[in-house]
Parts: sequence; C-alpha cells; structure tokens
Amino acid sequence: MKYIDEFRDSGLAQKLAAAIKNEAQGARPAAQPFRFMEFCGGHTHAIFRFGLPDLLPPEIKMIHGPGCPVCVLPMAKIDAAIQLAQRYPLTLCTYGDMMRVPGGQRLSLLKAKAAGADVRMVLSPHDAVMLAKDNPSREVVFFAIGFETTTPPTAVIVKQAQALGLKNFSVFCNHVLTPPALKWLLEASAEGADGVPPSDGFVGPSHVSAIIGTRPYEIAATAYGKPVVITGFEPLDVLQAILMLVRQVKAGRAVVENEYARAVTAEGNVKAQALMAEVFDLRDTFEWRGLGWIPHSALKLKDAYGAFDAEKRFALEPSTAKENPACQCPAILRGAKSPEECKLFGTVCTPENPIGACMVSSEGGCAACYSYGRRKDE
Amino acid sequence: MCLAIPAKITELLESDRATANVGGVNHDISLSLVENVAVGDYVIVHVGFALSKIDPEEAAKTLALFDEYHAAGARAIADKAAEGDA
Ligand code: SF4
Repeated sequence: MKYIDEFRDSGLAQKLAAAIKNEAQGARPAAQPFRFMEFCGGHTHAIFRFGLPDLLPPEIKMIHGPGCPVCVLPMAKIDAAIQLAQRYPLTLCTYGDMMRVPGGQRLSLLKAKAAGADVRMVLSPHDAVMLAKDNPSREVVFFAIGFETTTPPTAVIVKQAQALGLKNFSVFCNHVLTPPALKWLLEASAEGADGVPPSDGFVGPSHVSAIIGTRPYEIAATAYGKPVVITGFEPLDVLQAILMLVRQVKAGRAVVENEYARAVTAEGNVKAQALMAEVFDLRDTFEWRGLGWIPHSALKLKDAYGAFDAEKRFALEPSTAKENPACQCPAILRGAKSPEECKLFGTVCTPENPIGACMVSSEGGCAACYSYGRRKDE
Repeated sequence: MCLAIPAKITELLESDRATANVGGVNHDISLSLVENVAVGDYVIVHVGFALSKIDPEEAAKTLALFDEYHAAGARAIADKAAEGDA
C-alpha cells in the first residue's frame, strides 16, 4: 500500500538501527542510555508491533507516555457513561475500545450492553448523528473521547446536528488536549516528581500534530531544553526520529524537528482548529488517569451548543469507584513503570480479560507489549 | 483507536463526503476537515474523517533522506570495520 509499505522496508530499518547505534555508541557511559519518551500511543503500538526494542541498541531506551486516548480517561468518566446508558432510555454510541474498559465494580459498557443497556459501537461519530436523524423518537448520546485527532470530527457532528435541527442528539464530551499533558510531563520529569523519569527528548505525535501543527511543541525546546521530533507511525519514521533525537542531544541542540512533513505542517490544519474553537470551550480542569487534575487540559461544548451537551441534559452522580490498587496503569501512563513491572501483566490481566485500561486499546502500553512482545510466561 | 491510515480518494460525493480506498477496501469518509482534495489524492483518515492531505513531494523527500542516511550509515560502519582491521 502506498505511503505504508515504503516506510516499512525491513532492510532499511536494519540500516537505520545500525546508524542509530553508530551515533549513540560511546556518546554516554554504558549505564546512562539515551531516554526518549514517545508521547503517542500510536508510536507505542508501532514500536512493539515492528519489534523495535529488539532492533534498537542498548544505548537507547524508549519510555512509553500517556498518549493512548482510551487509557487516559479516568474510571469516573467510564462510570458516568455506564450510568447514562443504564439509567436513561437512550442509545449510547462510542468507539469500540471504550466499550471494554473496566469501570468501577469491573463493569464495562460492554457488560452493561449484555445486561440490556442500549450501547452501540461506532467507527465514526458521523454514524451516531445519522442514527439520531433516522430515529427521531430515540435519544442518542455520543460518548466522545480522544485527543486533537478525534476532536474536530466531534465538532463537525455537533454542527451537523444543529443544522439538521436534531432534538434527540447530544455529546458527552471528554476530549483532552495534548500540549497541557506534555507540559505536565516536562515539569514532572524536570523535578523528578511522581516517578516520571528524566527524558532526553520526545517523539512527537503524528496525527495530533497534523491538526495542531508543530508549533505547540516549541515550549519543550525553549523552556525545558528538550528536543522534539514529530514523526509518522511507520517503523522507518520512528527509527528516523530516534536518529534525529540522538543527533540533537549529542550536538547539545534542542529544537522541534518534523520528520512527518508529508502530513504535518508548522501551522497544522487551520480549518479543523477553527471548528474546534467554534464549538468547544476549555474546561477549568480535568482529571487524567495517571496524571491527575490538569488545568485547562480538556474541552466542553460552548454554551451556544448547550442543547447538544449530554452533561446539561442528563443528571449524573459522581462516581466514587477506585482503581484496582494492583493495576499499574497510572504509573505506566506517566512513564514511571513499564508494563512488565505490573504483577498482573500477562497473568491475571490479558487483552481478553483486561483489568486496566492500558490492556484494552491496542495503543495502550500493556496491550502493545502483550500482543507483540513480551509475556511473563516466555 | 488513534491509528489513522493513508487512503486514496477514488470518488467525490455530495455534502463534503468521498469514497476512499484503504488497502483495496472502499470507505465512505468525510472531507469536512480538509480543503482542495481531488480524486487520486491521498489523505490520512481517522474515525471516518480525512485529517490531512499527504504531500507526495514531502513523502519523496523523506524516502530520499532515508536512502542517504542509510548509505552514509553503511559507509560509516564499513569505515569503522576497516579501522578495526588495520
Ligand atoms: S497489566 Fe493490566 S493491571 Fe497491570 S497495569 Fe497493565 S492494564 Fe493495569
């Protein structure tokens, strides 16, 4: 497939890995590898899927970050969605992965569905708004999650619902923003807080950057002295980004570089940004799994679109559920631990029987690690 | 769920929609977030929406860069090996 196969050439991957080794070897004492965090779950997935940990020299250590959209949503929000689906006569639509994430009492949207709630998986939010249009007597709620990649599509469907004059459609908005989370990580890593390891640089998100552009990352370079290389999801892209990061660190440079110029520009997708600004307002604060409450890190619908805001249309009681204390998802999302450090990994917790969110989505650190690599029994 | 993929636009449809081909399978997608997309263009599709156009020139430049690096990398490795032999 064009724009996929050429970026997966295994011979070239070996050579790029050799170039990384060449560049990194001897640059640091053996006990001090280059540590780079990939922020985005798509990269975590790619790293495991294409076996990059085995290809990379010991001089390079990758830290998995909080960029899995399903994983960062705290349990209270999953419980709120379950409550919506169970308490009200409505159809709750959401993306497939969300249906399997455990909430409190190990309930999930999938289990709520099995018990009779009307929960449906959609591949696109467009399907949710069409369902509402075709069933005017049925309330339809779209449980919206994700970073800047899924946010503009949600903005489009809210405007579409308004244009269609729908009275039976609303959005439970849980969209979160990448730059505040990156800043949280930069601060925590600079202070050694919350177990966040120091990192030498960041592999920047692919498609979030297609929307927001490369500029929002500049703060990492200018205020924290950390290089960022935005890159694609194919193995050659990731390896190339690592090579570019090693070169920057060795040269004592810290700038934002864009390896993914085929899809990402400095200014990003201006049309999508304008739509987001038109439909959404910043929330004062929002809770992230593993990162806690971060000010101005999430979005809600603007008052002008209040008629489509599920939080305004339905009363929800706050959830008091607690995460399974043995599940290390919060530490994994901060980059403080790796999946194998969780006692439940691959034994009690598997993709078929996930205990935590990181084992559900293929971009979650635990699922990526389990599906393509390391298992305790091996 | 964040894994967006390159798709080729095969047909433009009404109300900002299009047919896009991903690995031989056709999908009905939205073009509401992009501008000036024509049949034959490649776009990155995620949750049924094209997020950005793929710039073929930039893609070619990146691939050319890989080739250069890998030639340079291979040379450097050969040089090192030669030093070791000497
Ligand atoms: S292995 Fe399972 S329980 Fe452990 S951190 Fe990952 S998701 Fe949580």
